[in-house]
Amino acid sequence: MSLLGTLARLEAVRSGRAEPLATVRHRHLSDRPMVVVPLTAAGESGAPLAVMLGTDRAAPRLHIVPQPLNRTLRFDHLAGFAADLLPYLESFGADVEQVEGSEKDPETGEKTQVLRELCADAPQVIVPNGAGVHHLALLGRSTRFRRTAEDADPGPYPAPARVPLLGRWLTHLTDRAQVPGSSLLLPMTGLLARHWATGQSQLEDQHLAALLAWHPRPEALRDGRADGGPAGAAAAELAETARDGHGQLLHPPAGPATDPRFDELVLAPAIGRYDAAVTALRDAGPQERERAQRYVDRTVERLTEALENVLLPTWRDVWHGLDLLRALPPAAHLAERWEGDRWSYTGHRDRLAAGEPPQPRQDDAVTAARKLAQREREQVRLDVQEALDDPLAMAERRLAGEAFTGEVVEVVPDHDTSGRTPKPRPLVTVRTADHPHADLGREAHRTHTATPQKAVIAAVDQEAGTITLRVMSGMGRKKEPEPGSLPEPGERVTFTLFELTARQSAPLPEPDDTPWTHGGPPGPPDHARALGGAGAPPAAPLVAGAPRPSAVPQSPDASEEWE
Amino acid sequence: MTDPVTAPHPEPEPSPGAAADAVVDRILDATVRPAVGAPRGVVVDSPPGAGKSTLVVRAARELVAAGERLMIVAQTNNQVDDLVDRLASKAPDLTVGRLHASDGRPAAEALRHPNVTAATKVADLAEQDVVISTSAKWQWVKTEAPWRHAIVDEAYQMRSDALLAVARLFERALFVGDPGQLDPFTVVGTDQWAGLSYDPSNSAVVTLLAHNPQIEPHRLPVSWRLPASAAPLVSAAFYPYTPFRSGTGPGDRTLTAAVRPDGSAVDAAVDEAAEHGWALLELPARHTVRTDPQAVSVVAATVRRLLDRGLTAHSEQGSTPLSADRIAVGTAHRDQAAAVRAALVGLGVPVDPTAGPAVSVDTANRLQGREYDVTVVLHPLSGRPDATAFHLETGRLCVLASRHRHACIVVARAGIAELLDEHPATEPVQLGVTVKFPDGWEAHHAVLAHLAGHRVALR
Repeated sequence: MSLLGTLARLEAVRSGRAEPLATVRHRHLSDRPMVVVPLTAAGESGAPLAVMLGTDRAAPRLHIVPQPLNRTLRFDHLAGFAADLLPYLESFGADVEQVEGSEKDPETGEKTQVLRELCADAPQVIVPNGAGVHHLALLGRSTRFRRTAEDADPGPYPAPARVPLLGRWLTHLTDRAQVPGSSLLLPMTGLLARHWATGQSQLEDQHLAALLAWHPRPEALRDGRADGGPAGAAAAELAETARDGHGQLLHPPAGPATDPRFDELVLAPAIGRYDAAVTALRDAGPQERERAQRYVDRTVERLTEALENVLLPTWRDVWHGLDLLRALPPAAHLAERWEGDRWSYTGHRDRLAAGEPPQPRQDDAVTAARKLAQREREQVRLDVQEALDDPLAMAERRLAGEAFTGEVVEVVPDHDTSGRTPKPRPLVTVRTADHPHADLGREAHRTHTATPQKAVIAAVDQEAGTITLRVMSGMGRKKEPEPGSLPEPGERVTFTLFELTARQSAPLPEPDDTPWTHGGPPGPPDHARALGGAGAPPAAPLVAGAPRPSAVPQSPDASEEWE
Repeated sequence: MTDPVTAPHPEPEPSPGAAADAVVDRILDATVRPAVGAPRGVVVDSPPGAGKSTLVVRAARELVAAGERLMIVAQTNNQVDDLVDRLASKAPDLTVGRLHASDGRPAAEALRHPNVTAATKVADLAEQDVVISTSAKWQWVKTEAPWRHAIVDEAYQMRSDALLAVARLFERALFVGDPGQLDPFTVVGTDQWAGLSYDPSNSAVVTLLAHNPQIEPHRLPVSWRLPASAAPLVSAAFYPYTPFRSGTGPGDRTLTAAVRPDGSAVDAAVDEAAEHGWALLELPARHTVRTDPQAVSVVAATVRRLLDRGLTAHSEQGSTPLSADRIAVGTAHRDQAAAVRAALVGLGVPVDPTAGPAVSVDTANRLQGREYDVTVVLHPLSGRPDATAFHLETGRLCVLASRHRHACIVVARAGIAELLDEHPATEPVQLGVTVKFPDGWEAHHAVLAHLAGHRVALR
């Protein structure tokens, strides 16, 4: 944690309120975000229990699995989830703009102008916390290889038609969420923790309700409680631990895991009643069927109601978090980074349209290296852009000795006359109270200039608190610097000792050229095997007398992903 | 637990020199004259100062003598410049090309030799026997006719994805490195690849060995750098399953001072280190900011006294006065290094190598592969309220504790042992990932236990 971050946390402890870590909003927020609050069933990793989602805070839609162990119900639930989520995700695909780019002809090597489609906007999914992102990744992994009735070989347990597509979208969103600064899928706890510091530990900040407890509630203020109710740590503790007379948390955790006491006292009995009702329906005679069906429906309603009660507080919390974030002005570089998300979305849309197979289970060596390079590049870009967009972010870099801000006290024209024509190499002296790691000869970069401007540290006077820089570039091509390209005495300037652009990543071989050190080219892709594609050996026929498949599917691609 | 230093270890039969020579001969055979069907890679594990660079120079000479052109991949510009300097002086008959980035001039030591040519384009170095550059620069080299042979230096520091990008350039390669040093790292999440044999954030050697299981790593058995006072500790704490010994015996390396101690704790620590090879200069326990001003000033004062006391280093290479460029200060963080550098400047100690002999002040990451007579180490856990995975990393401590030929002075706040006990390692275990052993926690305790015998308290 940075020094300023620690200071903000200490101040939050004292004030009992979240303290700002940013003066602007550093993540893109969509006008129409899709909020998704998932819940999982205990005992089986990634088993969905319920999901509440929607783009309208007044109209959340809820899908539940009445019996989480029943694979058919699970896939019915996922089909319902897909029917709600996919139209939203796909709705951004139609509105496109044409962007000019150049492409190298693989044969002649000549560059040709091409027009490429870029979606004008992209979807944005907000989940309560990091565990929610992880859960969606698990769902994506477990559904994208499913066979459906539409496949040539649907297998014994085909999934509903749109479920594999849901898996591919969830995989794309969660993979993109690994890229620093991306905004297609964002956890609310991460968003809040980036912009405000609370007086609790980072671990405690993972609890959305506890994190929000450090932000005064508008409704509490409206109710006439001028102090907004208990503040800070007390409010957070209340959010984490306060229970009602039935032992249930007043503010259920944001999930996706549920409170064990809820599982024990509310969920398990409700599921038990549902199971009993289903058994009764199965055993019912023709004249009892209608009544038994009504009983089943009622147990489902009860379950829905119970799950709605634990989901709604989190649903409201996520929207409250969005309100807080929307109050911040957007950072200057958001549009630029969002364009990366739009390209990512457009690329996935195109891959789906082209009928490409689902994302493989594991990246091959080259793809993994490419993704790592992209993430490192984006991390550098994000750090630089946040510092440029936000004086508070820059202050952290200044405190770390990586940048300095000060007033220009003197500009002395000078020239490099070693070449054929003299080049401007003026000396700029800055008075600063910062203590940068300003070694002589080190490169510095001036921020917020029209063209990039590089300088070299020429002298440091610790006593006077001045640093003299020799400006090397960004002054035009003439003998004298272009007017306005140099700061004037009295002007406040900031120089960074880090570069203001991310370096390009080195080229990597094509996957088919994977070298011997990394196992050579990858074999047939996973999806070919998983889908029973041409390269896969034919499945052995069921031998008479061999154990029959039980209620739980035994086919390899049904069991393996539910690890 | 037996003290790893005083525990009797059986005196092996062959002399250190003979044992090391036998291993080096086997390595050179496998590299220069590989048997038919032999694996394409040769891996050499080398403890600190075990003659890795000497091996690289010999292998380069023999490969060139056999009519091969050779590319050498090192990891940092410092390492490349060191290697060029060493290769050019030890093998004046070789022509050496130093490939460098357009925005980074090679160091003067590398360019002073007549047989060294520097260029930013590999085509300009096509005629050189050996071309050396960093892996970052090699990744950009486009070439139609790859080198047949490569030497990858500090291979354990190289990341798997860097090897992926350069492996197309050569057919066979000798990988040399120190498995005990710092693992490569990244600042972004890589969990999704944990357990994959080609996890791009792995060390290059881990990936290479996973995909080429027929490669059996060679091990250099003797540290020529570490004195007899340090090799047993470093071997037991950081290389428990691949022990090594020092090339020199007890008393072969000594430090003598021309100026008598002034009675201060700093001087007592200098004397303790001069006599025993180790000293722990301990400040009172306290939680501090990373750039603990007291600890930083004690580090700087220690370096000042090392220079002022007219120390002479006596070794098998003769007697030389301890000058500034033979001293290094090692820290865990860059801001600590910067603070020490500022404090040293305040005491008039030279720290700028371009202006004459200077004390090296750097982080463990940057001190890897370097060698000094005396090191002063700011303990990574000094003054900390917690022990994170970063500070517990075995390699960090191993690098800091194994850069010296004569003595190492550790500056630390009291209470590190208690801090360790309060922070057992809690990193999640990932499927398919080999658990590194010893873990940093264990290694830290082993080093602390030994340092406790050389403690000088500072009030």
